[in-house]
Amino acid sequence: MHYIGIDIGSTATKVSVFGEDELLHNFTMPTGWSSIETSNIVKEKLKDMEIHVDTSKVLATGYGRVSVPYADKAITEITCHGKGVYYLLGEDSTVIDIGGQDTKIITLEDGRVTNFTMNDKCAAGTGKFMELMANTLGVSIDELASMALEGEDVSITSMCTVFAESEVISLIGEGKKREDIARGIINSITGRVYSMLSKHGRKGTIYLTGGLCEVEPFIELLSKKLEQEVKTNPKARYAGSIGAALLAKGIR
Amino acid sequence: MRPKLMEEIEGLRGVNSVKIKEAHEAGKKAVGMYCVFSPSEIALAAGAATVTLCGTTQEPIEAAERDLPRNLCPLIKSSYGFGITDTCPYFYFSDVLLAETTCDGKKKMYELMKDIKPMHIMHLPQTAEGEDALEMWKNEMIKFKEFLEKEFDVKITDEKLRDAIKLMNRERDVMKRLHKINAHKPALLSGRDMLSSQWLKGFNVDKEAGIELVERLIAELEERKEKGIYAYDENAPRILLTGCPTGNGGADKVVVALEEAGASVVAFENCTGYKGLDVMVDEEKDPIDALAEKYLSTPCSCMTPNNSRLDLLKRLAEEYDVDGVVDLTWQACHTYAIESFTVKKFVEEELGLPFIQIETDYSDSDTGQIKTRVEAFLETIDTSKVLA
Repeated sequence: MHYIGIDIGSTATKVSVFGEDELLHNFTMPTGWSSIETSNIVKEKLKDMEIHVDTSKVLATGYGRVSVPYADKAITEITCHGKGVYYLLGEDSTVIDIGGQDTKIITLEDGRVTNFTMNDKCAAGTGKFMELMANTLGVSIDELASMALEGEDVSITSMCTVFAESEVISLIGEGKKREDIARGIINSITGRVYSMLSKHGRKGTIYLTGGLCEVEPFIELLSKKLEQEVKTNPKARYAGSIGAALLAKGIR
Repeated sequence: MRPKLMEEIEGLRGVNSVKIKEAHEAGKKAVGMYCVFSPSEIALAAGAATVTLCGTTQEPIEAAERDLPRNLCPLIKSSYGFGITDTCPYFYFSDVLLAETTCDGKKKMYELMKDIKPMHIMHLPQTAEGEDALEMWKNEMIKFKEFLEKEFDVKITDEKLRDAIKLMNRERDVMKRLHKINAHKPALLSGRDMLSSQWLKGFNVDKEAGIELVERLIAELEERKEKGIYAYDENAPRILLTGCPTGNGGADKVVVALEEAGASVVAFENCTGYKGLDVMVDEEKDPIDALAEKYLSTPCSCMTPNNSRLDLLKRLAEEYDVDGVVDLTWQACHTYAIESFTVKKFVEEELGLPFIQIETDYSDSDTGQIKTRVEAFLETIDTSKVLA
């Protein structure tokens, strides 16, 4: 029996598969415009790996969780992330999940989600913000973060992604160094996370999940802003799908 | 299956608007009101009907933004929008408006609205504590009474006030009993139906008919209780809703999201729910004194301090045996937004219950986000549901 977790995020879809005990596979793909189509591609991909959804337990999560026709159950990404992080880290923590369309802070106590905060309906401090800003500077997200390490801070004050983009464009126009602008962009994200975390409250280890989990310079700058080491793991982008797969084991 | 009477209650939507037109044509005056601080008794004693005009739908907001800032609470924009677009029959048939200085947004909006219709503004004290505040509020009651006497050319006697107080107390009593019916586990009426029942009653011209209808609803629910017919099964997480006002057609979105996610909204602490029903008007005292005391005791966030809201939350949480508290804040409602900090601390630490604040407006733009928040909140309450 396989236990499959499918996390359909706004930008990326993550899939994790467990056997009875161990984590067998993780893979990711762009979500694209249709969650239903994406979930069908996932099904085919699993089939190529000789994993059949009909004979497995499937749990869907993420904003597209309701668009997986073959899922046995849907649970929010908040609960799944909690479960997944507890599996990866093995202890209670405060989780920062920077997703494509929202950023969340999740408190884990005794392996359970006891509290969470989500950013309001706005892209400030999300992966989408970083992606747009990287595009404006003509670099990748990894390059943006690396450049930021070299730069001096310039302040980007707009909370709104669209206005922040105009602010960046005027900074470019003023002839500011790209590294400095990059630093300003990263600082605006870490600053947003910092204020969300202050409001939410932190406890124990801080653990980062989401697509930025392998962007070392970002983790370094986030740790600096939070004045605490931010832990993560290359598998942390799969925290939601791993948690979903683990919860699939509970489906009767 | 819903209670049969809900159909009749929902039918009020059409019936009420005809009734107000007929009443108007028969020469009956109507006072449009915006707030739970508004003393309906004085209007009733003047022989007028009262209608609640608070805007609870998204539609008129676009029109309101012609004059009002975008970053303003949706209730204020919706209320104003209904006024300027003339799309609300109750606004249209109101002869006068009773406004009140609850929050900054409302009081400045009224300055614009007063050009549309005759308006009287009651000035609320900033605190419910102390003799000075009560004295000031008593004077405001008298000024409103004098305004109506002049406007409608009637004499409002103490006797008429006492009759109106008795009538409104009866209405409060029946609504209170309707709310309390959901203290039963599982709830007998869904939160959405409770909301509709109370909201539609706000447009009811004939108080006696309204009381009679709610009595029949209670009787039907009692009958269903005997037969074991409930709105939800016993595992549905029981939610206490607090914060900003709710109503049908947009302002109910968080209640809808909660119940679609499997929760049962059993208690409404807010001003469109139980808040205004809790305290009765003293029928023995001088009517103006009694009215001033009752209305000033409303635990609204526009007062400082507002500790009695916490007391009421504690009572309701215990009485309804709730599993979690949801604090609804309309965007740009500063008093409720700030007070949420205190409420969260109180609910988590004193009551030991899960708490979530949801800040939103009437639009559909964040439906997906709200769904995720609400479902995740319920998952933290109900681990058995997650693992089942």
